[in-house]
Amino acid sequence: MPINYYIFLAVALFSIGVMGVLTRRNAIIVFMCVELMLNAVNLLLVAFSKMHYANAVAFDPGTHAGAEAQLFVFFIMVVAAAEVSVGLAIIVMMYRNIHSVDINFLNRLKH
Amino acid sequence: MSITEVLFWFLTALALLSALMVVFSKNPVHSVLWLIAVFFAISGHYIILNAQFLAIVNLIVYAGAIMVLFLFVIMLMNLNAETEPQKNRWLWWAGTIAGGSLMLVIIAALKDTETKTQMALVKGGDIGLIQNLGMVLFKDYVVPFEISSVLFLSAMVGAVVIGKKD
Repeated sequence: MPINYYIFLAVALFSIGVMGVLTRRNAIIVFMCVELMLNAVNLLLVAFSKMHYANAVAFDPGTHAGAEAQLFVFFIMVVAAAEVSVGLAIIVMMYRNIHSVDINFLNRLKH
Repeated sequence: MSITEVLFWFLTALALLSALMVVFSKNPVHSVLWLIAVFFAISGHYIILNAQFLAIVNLIVYAGAIMVLFLFVIMLMNLNAETEPQKNRWLWWAGTIAGGSLMLVIIAALKDTETKTQMALVKGGDIGLIQNLGMVLFKDYVVPFEISSVLFLSAMVGAVVIGKKD
């Protein structure tokens, strides 16, 4: 499969995530769009790892080139899980204080 | 058109459609369910690329754990289409045009680069199998692995401290 297809798919998913972050005002939906952007990057990393492997295996059939990229994706998932737990705790606390998840109310943090 | 290409295009269409529905659904619960569909489509892409470990981890961690957390919080707050904040029409257009322009610029920039002739290996290669990734993880990346456990511990303590009543 040409790598360009994967690049375009990942760029489209990332742009949809950016679109959601810019247009929605519900804090939880904004957070979900951030997860969508993370997943677009993960997909592209895996596709690039297989591209790197396809190039390397032509010279050395027993190579393990490209495994690092998949481990990187694994660590991104680890960080995303930690981030979600803390972020949702912050949103729950914000809802408890102002009874809304509208991010426009968050500009109160300024003053 | 081989079965792999049919699957690729089907999963791509599913991912893009579900991602759009995440953004445009009025009800937050529907958004979560569409996002789970996106994660399933991306896991299907991982399986096509023969990254079996990541496909399973994506399903367990994202579709299983993280989305249940989102669903739980949304149902805890009793959010639905009526409580959704009023959207500004101009803001909607501005955001959509900005996101579309970003996609256009990146695609135009990457369209004719040297990746044009490169192929991603599908249906083959054993680097994505658990045996191989486990060897790399526990030989070369032990320290980041241990640090990530500390990160999890601090995230757990942080979530409990933040979420505690006053």
